[in-house]
Amino acid sequence: MTSVRLIAAALALVPTLAVSDEAQIVRGQYLVTIAGCNDCHTPMVAGENGPERDMTRMLSGHPEQLVMPPLAVRPDSPWETVTSTTFTAWSGPWGVSFTANLTPDPDTGLGRWTLKNFKDTIRTGRHLGRGREILPPMPIPMYRHFTDEDLEAIFAYLQSIPAVKNRVPEPLPPPAALAAQ
Amino acid sequence: MHAACGPMEARTAIAALGLAAALAAGAALAEAALEPLPASAATFTPQYPLWSDGATKRRWISLPEGAAIDGSRPAAWEFPVGTKLRKEFSVGARRVETRTIEHLADGSWQFRAYVWNDAQDAATLAPAAGTIVTLADGTRYRIPSQDDCRACHEGGAAPVLGFNALQLSPDRDPLAPHAEPPRPGDLDLRALAASGKLAAFPRELIETPPRIVAPTPAGRAALGYLHANCGHCHADPKFTNGAVPVELQLAIDPTDPRSAEGVLQTLLTSESRYRPAGAADARLIVPGNAQAGTLPARMRSRDPRIQMPPLGTAKPDLTAIALIARWIHEDLKTPEETSP
Repeated sequence: MTSVRLIAAALALVPTLAVSDEAQIVRGQYLVTIAGCNDCHTPMVAGENGPERDMTRMLSGHPEQLVMPPLAVRPDSPWETVTSTTFTAWSGPWGVSFTANLTPDPDTGLGRWTLKNFKDTIRTGRHLGRGREILPPMPIPMYRHFTDEDLEAIFAYLQSIPAVKNRVPEPLPPPAALAAQ
Repeated sequence: MHAACGPMEARTAIAALGLAAALAAGAALAEAALEPLPASAATFTPQYPLWSDGATKRRWISLPEGAAIDGSRPAAWEFPVGTKLRKEFSVGARRVETRTIEHLADGSWQFRAYVWNDAQDAATLAPAAGTIVTLADGTRYRIPSQDDCRACHEGGAAPVLGFNALQLSPDRDPLAPHAEPPRPGDLDLRALAASGKLAAFPRELIETPPRIVAPTPAGRAALGYLHANCGHCHADPKFTNGAVPVELQLAIDPTDPRSAEGVLQTLLTSESRYRPAGAADARLIVPGNAQAGTLPARMRSRDPRIQMPPLGTAKPDLTAIALIARWIHEDLKTPEETSP
């Protein structure tokens, strides 16, 4: 009798867990939306009514086919930061940064990342929590204050979206460093 | 209630507040000072030291009374609560910083750095975000942030990196770059086991201490260097979920004689996720060509977007670069030679 009760209790948990996972993904989608992740990580294209996000490449970062010309910022200019028409390449005093592929593609996105890799990245401001520093305009100083629960929901959502194969280029050094090379 | 206070009560209250503030400040100062070494602390000298831009280092470990390291997983020792380690960094004759690690009662690990004063008689806690110390010759010396400490120490199989079976092996590698000879009284693997402070560690690894099995002496030293400088992030995911999710595995398992061969295979067959601009080839190393491949290129670079290791060093390790180059150029066979 006890076994029957245990099995019944276990079966009752199954849909609860599924709903819980779904709720976490929905919350992650909400957080990704209001935190503006699509602003830089989903390429902008020209639409019928002006610029719009290309949701067929949602959160896949700077398109690898779009090779950017040399740096746009001049040292004597009052302009400091400029962006590509896609909003995915950013030029500033730090050099040029290209927004990352956040989709679960295993080779070019976050497909092989663990939740810990993701949390460590946001909390430390280093790639995978261990590598190079994440460059502007990624708002790490603000995002590092996400709660564990928030980051878990965001990661669950990012792992649930369609994978897009897109190898984002490496960042480019600033003009002074480039000249020294 | 405040309105009922007279001038005398107010002065007493202010004095009490001042005393409390002074006590708090004193407590903070005491907290900020580097404690004297515990009497039980022992020195040790790992056979494959981490490159720290040429700084010389001294290291100590203190294990709590009555407790031992659990060595049942020989590649991932578990240290008892209360374990303390420290490493002192000197540039020339000047002590610059001392880094400490402590295993706290709640199971977490605390990482701190202390900066030595000009008089060299006291060290105070560095800011959690790290700081810069300007040395006498004008060199800017970076004290790591606590996040930086965690970046390396919490990526590998165990948060203690320089004190493990391979690093303490008495079968030391004579070609290890920057290796210092053991000091009198240093703990090595056998001394640690004899002290009773290492439990459940395989006896055969005491009798035949761990050694990297490589075809050539240069290969042994090269793999040892990569293990010590890169293996804490490029670690086997079966030991840690903090490892980076890339195919390149550089951590040696001291219990597995084929481990070095496995590391070599990942070096030869993995593709780097890092791609230099315009590069279609992402091979890590190219046998016979020490100038090619992303691994030597990233070892040579100190551009923070490119360099490996990504932190803890601002100068390339020319000795190690030469060793790796020699190994790639002279010891590794070309793809044609390795074909059946």
